[in-house]
Amino acid sequence: MARSSDESASLTGDDRTDVRADPLRPSDHVDAVDESPAGGAGPVVQPRLGPVGYLRFFWRQLTSMRTALFLLMLLAVAAIPGSLVPQRTSDPNGVVQYQADHPQLFPVLDSLGVFETYSSPWFSAVYLLLFVSLIGCILPRTKHHFEALRARPPRTPVRLSRLAGYRSVTLATGAADAGPALDPGSAVDLAQAQLRKAGYRTERYGDSVSAERGYLRETGNLLFHTALVGVLVTVGVGGGFGYSGQRVVVEGQTFSNVLSAYDSFNPGRWFDESQLEPYSIGLDRFTTTYEEQNRDALGQPTDYTADVTTRYQGGDERQAAIKVNSPLAIGGTNVYLLGNGYAVDVTVRDGNGDVAFRDQVPFLPQDANLTSQGVIKVPDAVPEQLGMIGFFYPSAYDSGTGILTSNYPDTLNPVLSLNVFEGDLGLDDGVPKSVYALDTDDMTQVAGLNAGTEAVQLKPGETAELPDGLGSVTFEGVQRFASLDVHHDPSQLWVGGFAALTFLGLIVALFVPRRRVWVKARASEGGLVLEYAGLARGEDPTLERSVADLSTRHLVGLGVPQDRARTAGVSDDERTLTP
Amino acid sequence: MTAAELASFSHVATYSAMAVYTIAFVAYALDLAKRSGDAQLRAARDGDASAQESRGGSAPAVATSGAARSAASSGSGSTVVLERTAAPADGPAPQRGSTFQRVGTAMVLLGLVVHLAAVVTRGVAAERVPWANMFEFALTGTAIIVGVFLVVRLFVDLGYLGAYVTGLTLVLLGIATVNYYVDVVPLPPALQSAWLVIHVLVAIVATAFFALAAGLSALQLVQAKREQAQLAGLRFMSTLPGAARLEDLAYRVALVGFVLWTFTLVAGAVWAERAWGRYWGWDTKEVWTFIIWVLYAGYIHARATRGWRGSRSSWLSIVGFAAVLFNFGVVNVFFKGLHAYSGL
Repeated sequence: MARSSDESASLTGDDRTDVRADPLRPSDHVDAVDESPAGGAGPVVQPRLGPVGYLRFFWRQLTSMRTALFLLMLLAVAAIPGSLVPQRTSDPNGVVQYQADHPQLFPVLDSLGVFETYSSPWFSAVYLLLFVSLIGCILPRTKHHFEALRARPPRTPVRLSRLAGYRSVTLATGAADAGPALDPGSAVDLAQAQLRKAGYRTERYGDSVSAERGYLRETGNLLFHTALVGVLVTVGVGGGFGYSGQRVVVEGQTFSNVLSAYDSFNPGRWFDESQLEPYSIGLDRFTTTYEEQNRDALGQPTDYTADVTTRYQGGDERQAAIKVNSPLAIGGTNVYLLGNGYAVDVTVRDGNGDVAFRDQVPFLPQDANLTSQGVIKVPDAVPEQLGMIGFFYPSAYDSGTGILTSNYPDTLNPVLSLNVFEGDLGLDDGVPKSVYALDTDDMTQVAGLNAGTEAVQLKPGETAELPDGLGSVTFEGVQRFASLDVHHDPSQLWVGGFAALTFLGLIVALFVPRRRVWVKARASEGGLVLEYAGLARGEDPTLERSVADLSTRHLVGLGVPQDRARTAGVSDDERTLTP
Repeated sequence: MTAAELASFSHVATYSAMAVYTIAFVAYALDLAKRSGDAQLRAARDGDASAQESRGGSAPAVATSGAARSAASSGSGSTVVLERTAAPADGPAPQRGSTFQRVGTAMVLLGLVVHLAAVVTRGVAAERVPWANMFEFALTGTAIIVGVFLVVRLFVDLGYLGAYVTGLTLVLLGIATVNYYVDVVPLPPALQSAWLVIHVLVAIVATAFFALAAGLSALQLVQAKREQAQLAGLRFMSTLPGAARLEDLAYRVALVGFVLWTFTLVAGAVWAERAWGRYWGWDTKEVWTFIIWVLYAGYIHARATRGWRGSRSSWLSIVGFAAVLFNFGVVNVFFKGLHAYSGL
């Protein structure tokens, strides 16, 4: 609350014990002790700063609240560009597309690094500065907090009446039904005992008790910020020990966890090939379930299941299922099902009638009804190498124009359409080529749109002769493939653990109130005068109610009837303020 | 009832709830107008008989600034001698709003019942939680905004926020039914997870708290201007709590939202690890969730920074909620990413 903390500076600034018990704050924190000279003391004279002085000055600036706030805002702004343009890490194809769509803009943006926003120097600079500022704040505060934990609650202020929840009750001496002796000393004894029972740390100062609680608030605060650093470090360092790889597996195929078996592989910085556990995963069956009842969602997939057989080297075979939200844990890795599609089983005979090619070729899905595209390369065909760009339609439909589309994702009417090229596939010059693209620069189309012959169209089991005696193509059948992602990230648990600590620290730091309460007693002519008051250290919406409860309990303990104990000396307009 | 009938019942109930909310909105607006009138009358009466301090009427006195309030509290420590003085038996009279406000609250309650019927039937029709696409998110989210408003009202008098809450709910529901409506379809495999219940629900509740906080922060801005005598109009503002109090309330409400948002972020990372194989990948939705988290973290720091209390931090709260709305309305529809569940 703004009010309480504003008061605290003026009320307790002269009290050394108080400052020591308080959490250490950056100099521009609202709860920090204002060290600037009192207003109206004339112009501030800046002392001459040496190199060390300047270092201290910059360090103080960096660890101030204002800088932290500025860096937080800067971090939020700096994160925006990465959501506006595709990122190389999450959407590499999008980046290529962006380059094609914006040939002028792309080089400029690329040199600024916005396609790798989150590893760009400027983004890194912002969060690293933020974390340096954070660490510069945490360290002294932690040291200070350890000392504060051993410090005594501060001296009771002389005037309690200016503090929150102030309540003054006079108990007339000589009341017949008064329980314990009503001298100031024993009244304060009782208050001290009650406060200690309520979790307060107490200290006697004459006929008054000073109590403080909620040290956990600062502990939580420090835990939250330290755990954030932990998250950053484990993400940054821990990621280097892991790896991830992708592999397309067709039904009936088996994938072994060795480096050469992966279609693509992203090793961490400290990856070593011996990290790969020797296991294999065979895809027995891939099942897709489609919605068939709901007319608004016909053909929408409702389930993907990859039934697999796993085997450790020298171990037994095991059956398992991989689904979208349930990866398979094996050999320290998690295996995720991240994609699927159709693989066409094709046999190609060359001009001599020899089998030049027999394989299940994964075709990549192009739309929701799984019209799929793929490439078949037949380098061993004679007299010429053959290349084919194929389209697979699981439920082919001719709208009358001769152009096929698929109108359902399942294989209701599977048709394979092939554009055939002859010539040099360009595989012999040693440059790696994508298996999903055909370089037709040195090739001639022999079947398809730009050739005299129409594209080859096949249903499962059918064979078509290629023109010019180049051979034949047989469409043996179609299988499903599953795209499996294998991830190994030993830092994951650490990151999760620190994230959980962050959350825990946050809750403690925000919802445990740090407060001080004082109870003072003195004898007067009218009787025993009791005074109660509290002081919030940070946000504390229930302070006044809490002081009221404590004082009521104390009065009841002194023998005052419950209803009177609750209402005597309570300020009405203050109570309406607390919810 | 078949699923289709349930879905169309839900649709009708949504429109019915909007009709009831409209009545509530009008009633709350009239309440604000009445506050303006009352404030004007009181000003006139104070002018006539300045000697008599006017304490009548249901509205509290003009909100005090922090200094004035602490002065009032220092006078409150009156000594009570138990033996001689009878303690005042009755507490402060509970604050009752104007008739308009009570009508508004009753209508909001009724509207929420109809609204919840729409949410529940939609869920039953779909045989799953009713927040798997944008329309359902908005439908459930607005119900929770209204619900959070009514619950917070039990603890703090927030009647003056009724027009804002019902107005916001109406606009969001209107956009959702007109632009985002989709028929009930089954869940895609990626959403078939218990985390759909946890992650999304907590995000919705966090959004509701942020919405309330933004409303309070906006009022704080106006109130602060008035207290600096830079703004003469909007007389009903004089019946509202002072700027400091509004700021405190906004802060506490936003704090709850922040904790829930942090949970959303962490739970989302856990789910992403299960579904996508990585806990964080700077997907566009992840980026914006992160931006919102950082903005509110900044807001909380601003409240603790000298020179940033008051209107400056209120702006941050409003910017934060604007980012929440952007994340929902723009990122979902126009940004490419893995969170492609708008259903549009």
